[in-house]
Amino acid sequence: MSLKKIHDNQPDKFEFTKANLELADKILKKYPSDQKKSAVMPLLYLAQNQNENWIPLAAMKYIGKFLSMPYINVYEIATFYSMYNLAPVGKYFVQVCTTSPCVLRGANKLVDICKEKISNNQNELSQNKLCSWTEVECLGACINAPMMQVNEDYYEDLDEANTKKILNSLLEDKPLKPGSYRNRNNSAPEKNQILTNGHKNA
Amino acid sequence: MLKEENKIFKNLYNEQGWELENALKRDDWLDTKKIIDKGRDWIINEIKASELRGRGGAGFSTGLKWSFAPKKIGSRPHYLVINADESEPGTCKDRDILRFEPQKLIEGCLIASYAVNAKVCYVYIRGEYLNEGKRLQEAIDEAYSKNLIGKNACSSGWDLDIYIHYGAGAYICGEETALLESLEGNKGQPRLKPPFPALVGLYGCPTIVNNVETIAVVPTILRRGAKWFASMGRPKNTGTKIFCISGNVNTPCNVEEEMGIPLKELIEKHGGGVIGGWKNLQAVIPGGSSMPMVPKDICETLKMDFDSLVEVKSGLGTAGVVVINKDEDIVKCMARIARFYKHESCGQCTPCREGAGWMWRILERTAKGEATHKDIDLLTDVTKQIEGHTICAFGEGSAWPVQGLLRHFRKEIDKRCFSEPIIKKKRKIPYLIDQHKLESKDA
Ligand SMILES: Cc1cc2nc3c(=O)[nH]c(=O)nc-3n(C[C@H](O)[C@H](O)[C@H](O)COP(=O)(O)O)c2cc1C
Ligand code: SF4
Ligand code: FES
Repeated sequence: MSLKKIHDNQPDKFEFTKANLELADKILKKYPSDQKKSAVMPLLYLAQNQNENWIPLAAMKYIGKFLSMPYINVYEIATFYSMYNLAPVGKYFVQVCTTSPCVLRGANKLVDICKEKISNNQNELSQNKLCSWTEVECLGACINAPMMQVNEDYYEDLDEANTKKILNSLLEDKPLKPGSYRNRNNSAPEKNQILTNGHKNA
Repeated sequence: MLKEENKIFKNLYNEQGWELENALKRDDWLDTKKIIDKGRDWIINEIKASELRGRGGAGFSTGLKWSFAPKKIGSRPHYLVINADESEPGTCKDRDILRFEPQKLIEGCLIASYAVNAKVCYVYIRGEYLNEGKRLQEAIDEAYSKNLIGKNACSSGWDLDIYIHYGAGAYICGEETALLESLEGNKGQPRLKPPFPALVGLYGCPTIVNNVETIAVVPTILRRGAKWFASMGRPKNTGTKIFCISGNVNTPCNVEEEMGIPLKELIEKHGGGVIGGWKNLQAVIPGGSSMPMVPKDICETLKMDFDSLVEVKSGLGTAGVVVINKDEDIVKCMARIARFYKHESCGQCTPCREGAGWMWRILERTAKGEATHKDIDLLTDVTKQIEGHTICAFGEGSAWPVQGLLRHFRKEIDKRCFSEPIIKKKRKIPYLIDQHKLESKDA
């Protein structure tokens, strides 16, 4: 279970935009007509996207009405799942995987760099308000460790130097492209990559 | 080493392109109608004969599971649900199937849906795999446009709709009943079993839940025959498997290999060897973080299949092989894994919710050298108290790895117990004596 804190400054109102209303209708079609509740997760995600990557309480109330379910149940879902942000995060939200397979390849150094470049604490905006970062559990890309997710994209096969470059690019609002930073072909083994004793990739 | 011609996932690294036209060149969707025309019983028997076991962790016979679905559609519809939640640390194989072999999965969905009488299939993808989900959706749209799925799919007379549903960052939603709860719009908390999903699953209807890899190998098995699949590996441990090799190896990778390949060969041939050489190996987690580690001496001869790993008190799990060399602090590494379980417990059962945090705190203390020998006994006890006393297998998944550590590295741990217990000597305390006096003198 993840710890969730509701933001102090809540907007009074939330409504889906017209485009999102259309999307919401499409989403509802995926589920049996008497099971509208199933759409609560995708709708929360839509709301998060519409509201600069975080979900205000007003949106939960709105979605509750939209799906004819009690507000408290929507709240329950929003607090249970770790991908719903209940307080603002940076325009670039950096999530560093620090589960063991990534730590074995130097993920802790990525955390240090985030502290240095973005902010000392997790979930705190950088000085220019563009970035925030957090540690997360295994993102399912362990053979491309260490790695991090920025918004929707994975940055893989990182080391100290290119992590710094990536974070700088985010802070300058000119994000570098995601993917492998050792020019690897997806999850194929690299040829002739022999590391010496004690040397890690980052 | 697995012969190229026996590989099922020829595009695991996307060297040939994932699009439908390329997938067709790899024989996806070849004579699917003919397979379906042979009927449900034939399909289920063939899968049983291939001895395919679920690739999602538990290794349950796939054919047997399908046979639990009611033979006829009753008052309630049937569902097929694909488990693409892939959150077990050390595992990243389903991701490559979603990205690079989506047509194998979609074709498998059609055949499996037909076999279990389902006309709707949901694919539950972990929320972080948004791009992989988009890719799968493109592939699904392509399949619809060629009428491979949809109404009268492949002219087989069967209708099938496939929908993607995203998770939102909860490991526990990989557990099949938690996944169904999540799909119904609830918190992802596992259900008590029985009833099993095959009879009472999604929306209370008969539901078969299978892993991505399990379903994606089905079409190839049916095309090439159960005998072919069963000829690889050994009885009850047949076929090929995608292994994910991560951690302290020179070339971490995903690779499809024959079931039962020696662990050493896997690491040396595909993983490029342990960093610092084989002699620098400390231990291997063979099947994702929920499976107990095996130390180097066992790794020398270990074969990677379900039953061989059970013999060494571990398990194949998801085949996520995490290699840990001697440069690493094994206790710290396990303490981090314990933190993972503390973070991910759904909180329904007290032993799991409290025990996971307890194990984490003791292991952190141990890693820092601040634990006592008594703490370690307590840790052992906590793992025993969790095991078997919870609603879902998460409890075992969190307790077993710690038991594995204690089993194989007890000496290493004992060396770190520097702290003295607060009360040093065991005293015979006579019954009904003034406790306060006693404490002030001795404590
Ligand atoms: C805590 C926990 C997490 C699980 N996570 C996954 C997962 O991420 N993916 C998966 O396919 N199965 C996972 N499983 C196993 C599923 O419950 C289920 O056994 C599996 O999806 C069945 O498919 P299979 O028979 O094809 O393996 C998990 C089980 C538990 C107890
Ligand atoms: S064992 Fe843990 S994860 Fe499973 S139901 Fe109980 S509390 Fe939830
Ligand atoms: S441990 Fe980092 S992606 Fe799996």
